[in-house]
Amino acid sequence: MNVQINGEMREFEAPMSILQLLQAMSLPSQKIAVELNLEIVPKSAYHSQMVAAGDRIEIVHFIGGG
Amino acid sequence: MNADSSKDDVLTIAGRDFSSRLIIGTGKYADYAENAAAAEAAGAEIVTVAVRRVNLSDPSAPMLIDYIDPKKYTFLPNTAGCFTGEDAVRTLRLAREAGGWSLVKLEVLGDEKTLYPNMPETLRSAELLVKEGFDVMVYCSDDPIMAKQLEDIGCCAIMPLAAPIGSGLGVQNPINIRMIIEQSKVPVLVDAGVGTASDAAIAMELGCDGVLMNTAIAEAKNPVLMAQAMRHAVIAGRQAYLAGRMAKRLYADPSSPLAGLI
Repeated sequence: MNVQINGEMREFEAPMSILQLLQAMSLPSQKIAVELNLEIVPKSAYHSQMVAAGDRIEIVHFIGGG
Repeated sequence: MNADSSKDDVLTIAGRDFSSRLIIGTGKYADYAENAAAAEAAGAEIVTVAVRRVNLSDPSAPMLIDYIDPKKYTFLPNTAGCFTGEDAVRTLRLAREAGGWSLVKLEVLGDEKTLYPNMPETLRSAELLVKEGFDVMVYCSDDPIMAKQLEDIGCCAIMPLAAPIGSGLGVQNPINIRMIIEQSKVPVLVDAGVGTASDAAIAMELGCDGVLMNTAIAEAKNPVLMAQAMRHAVIAGRQAYLAGRMAKRLYADPSSPLAGLI
């Protein structure tokens, strides 16, 4: 299935949870936040929230800023 | 009041107590290690941070929180780069999920050249965020009427600019800053425009509850040394404010008594 992550199209094997997606991309789940189709995904739901084809996902973290 | 009274002089923002009145930004540093050293030297307890997309192509790239420990510093996520209330709310919801706290810095800019705040949009965003349960520290113009409206909306700190962001021009409008301080029941912090230590001291002498700065430290030739200077300046300015300065006179007044002159 194709999923858009941070504006880039990526292909993954379905079914896949948010947690599995983060692991597949080597992203540390404790240091980031995830938005799925404009809705926040709470950290507690990373294992249960499934990703579907066509989903738009934003993965953000803190960087330096004023 | 005695000389020790400043030890109990805490800054309370949204129910949290801080002993440092200097908030520093984490942008523009050569690297996160220098940033961490500057935060330490500044004695800061709060650091502002931005929320951005992770680097998908290089997930092992250094992350801010590997250098600046969120357990040691209160992270103050900002909305830098947001131009509408909806963008700001979306960004800070993500920040709250990433960090798990509700204290945020709202900054809605209106123009890329001046980085002046868009006040109508700032007011609207502040209202949205306060309704969502955020504790909003708000970057704003130095207009006392705007500041009052932001306080009425429920912002937990009012943060007028001293001068444009990154300009280093110092407090350009001390009268307005003073008016905002006098009318506000929540803390007032000068945010943006400080260039060197004396600027920070002037802001504090006016009665500001704190100062927020980024470029003045990050763009100094020796950022860690400047961070230390700012720490002293903020403390000195605060103490001078608390001590109560002497009245200004037009003419001289001798310090040595004239009585008993030979």
